Amino acid sequence: MSPIIQGIITIIIGVGGCVAYFYFANLVLDKVIFPARGEKAGRNINRANAVRPWIFLFPAMFALGLYLVYPVVGSFMRSLYNRAGDEFIGFGNYAQLLASEDFRVAFFNNILWVIFVPAAATFLGLLSAQLTDRLKWGNIAKSLIFMPMAISFVGASLIWKFVYAQDPDIGIINAIRAALGADPLDPLQIPFWNNFFLMVILIWIQTGFAMVILSAALRGIPEETVEAAIIDGANPFQIFFKIKVPQIKSTIMVVWTTITVLVLKVFDIVYTMTGGNFDTEILPSYMMDFMFRDDGLATAVAFVIMVTVLPVMIWNIRQSRAEMR
Amino acid sequence: MDNIAGKKPALVWATNLSVLLLVLLWLIPTVGLFVSSFRDRDQISASGWWVAPFSVELTYRTRSDAEPRQEGDLWIYEGNIFETAEVRESFESGESSIAAFGLRGREPGAFEAGQEVENRDGGTITVNADGSYVYTATEPDDRGPRVYFVADTPPDFTLDNYRTVLTADNMDRAFINTLTVTIPATIIPILIAAFAAYALAWMEFPGRALLIAAVVGLLVVPLQLALVPLLNLHNTIGIGQSFLGIWLAHTGFGLPLAVYLLRNYMAGLPRDIIESAKVDGATDFQIFVRIILPLSFPALASFAIFQFLWTWNDLLVAKVFLPSAGEAQVMTVKIADDLLGSRGGDWGILATAAFVSIAVPLLVFFTMQRYLVRGLLAGSVK
Repeated sequence: MSPIIQGIITIIIGVGGCVAYFYFANLVLDKVIFPARGEKAGRNINRANAVRPWIFLFPAMFALGLYLVYPVVGSFMRSLYNRAGDEFIGFGNYAQLLASEDFRVAFFNNILWVIFVPAAATFLGLLSAQLTDRLKWGNIAKSLIFMPMAISFVGASLIWKFVYAQDPDIGIINAIRAALGADPLDPLQIPFWNNFFLMVILIWIQTGFAMVILSAALRGIPEETVEAAIIDGANPFQIFFKIKVPQIKSTIMVVWTTITVLVLKVFDIVYTMTGGNFDTEILPSYMMDFMFRDDGLATAVAFVIMVTVLPVMIWNIRQSRAEMR
Repeated sequence: MDNIAGKKPALVWATNLSVLLLVLLWLIPTVGLFVSSFRDRDQISASGWWVAPFSVELTYRTRSDAEPRQEGDLWIYEGNIFETAEVRESFESGESSIAAFGLRGREPGAFEAGQEVENRDGGTITVNADGSYVYTATEPDDRGPRVYFVADTPPDFTLDNYRTVLTADNMDRAFINTLTVTIPATIIPILIAAFAAYALAWMEFPGRALLIAAVVGLLVVPLQLALVPLLNLHNTIGIGQSFLGIWLAHTGFGLPLAVYLLRNYMAGLPRDIIESAKVDGATDFQIFVRIILPLSFPALASFAIFQFLWTWNDLLVAKVFLPSAGEAQVMTVKIADDLLGSRGGDWGILATAAFVSIAVPLLVFFTMQRYLVRGLLAGSVK
């Protein structure tokens, strides 16, 4: 069966099934189980209304439970077993990871990514938000800086291969170096700094995201505060750093944490650019080295990533609960 | 009030310039890819894309195909080298000039144009800058001598790369596979999430706050955790690595964002409308279908765009949940696993493949940017 036809059938079954489920579940609830008739009509209506939220929620909860909650537990359990999955070895996989030089390199690089990418993307986003807000052609500028958001990590990596290529007739960096009289070099093979060259790609993608959100936040700042600062003789830099930035601190935090979480998921860039060679491995790409080969180690790496995300998760939940109150 | 501070002309200039610089920095890499995808393979390796509109010095080889005429005891071949059969096609489009020529493939540019060079068998050969050549030989030869030359070649923009990528490299199949993955994976979660979001936004029941917190928590669960257990699960229940598997996976992974975005939006809808509908005797199902869904269109659209971009651009889930064989590959996998390996040095093909894969997301981005921005803001700024 052609995949396209299979796709169309899936859409019909999926959408039709959803609609049918919600419609008939409601119908059954109202007409069969708790009919709003007879002597118990009032009680039945109340009962039906108590059950209804769960009918609405059930498909989403089931899918979330199966595809996101179960894997947290399932991955952890699997990480306690050996490669074949038939022998319980406790924290053996974790011990093996800790003892491995590659894991330490990946972990260290990951820390670099987690520190540098969100910081740089947020800073550049804030800068471009503030600068473009004052310009007539600011919206065009914004949309061009925002554009890389739509590009896949694989596509972005290829785009940047044309920047980093060693051949001075292809890579623009080496073309500039050649024009200045320097020998061509491969930026992706320079120890330590090659990590940063890879990070640049993710920063290039994420700056637009930070800019869009921070620009909205900047516009939401009450004008009186800025006016008062101007009357008091503050210069534009003071206005920006001392008046505006403190007022959008919480939004900056949201942007920062969102990008942090993203950094911990992105394996595509390292995978396409260097394949983890030249000491550029990070945890997500390190995990893919074990995927299909050693499920025990793969899940152990995944769980390490999960533990790294945990503080952000807790912070997010707290934040959202505070907002709801 | 910004304008007061920004009215100093120097500052306005500085702002304009720095934004221009930023935009250029952000745009240049993509432009490079775009230009390269239209350039001829030889031209790409001979000069950078930033000089694409100018002529390039390229090396050619050809053979004289003129009829010799006898003059004393010498045989003379005359003609224009650009018109010889082997290279004619390359020079049809415009003016070219010869910088150097040579007689051996190892040194194609050994002699300057216009120089008279002795051939091995005692004859001489001259190739002028305008392409005209004179070759003299002591004996007639049914084939003219092999000549190498370096010529300024006019820029050559072609669609050949696109033709190669779409036909020879199976990229058309990968394109259709990507569409096949993306569309169901975008549509199915929307409906599931919309009902759940309505319940979380407008229905009262115990444990609601806890569920919302759980959704927020699930937003950041790293996908990596899901790969091994779910692939095993899919294998156990017989789905295995298939389109059905990846649709289900994308649906599951997209739900937290969908529920979160839609709930935030629905919670902000005016209470009066919903309450007056309830007073008029509408059931929750009717309220949802008739009032909430149409009013939530902007949020539905922005989630749809997010999910579309994410599934279209995804490499990780496709690598794990789809078979790695060629006929099921999506474009990202095709590029990362196939083309980078087999066509690693063929920059024109790589650029074209990348551009084919980012064209649709860019189109969606530029036409629906409004909804995308709105969705981002609903998700992050309260």
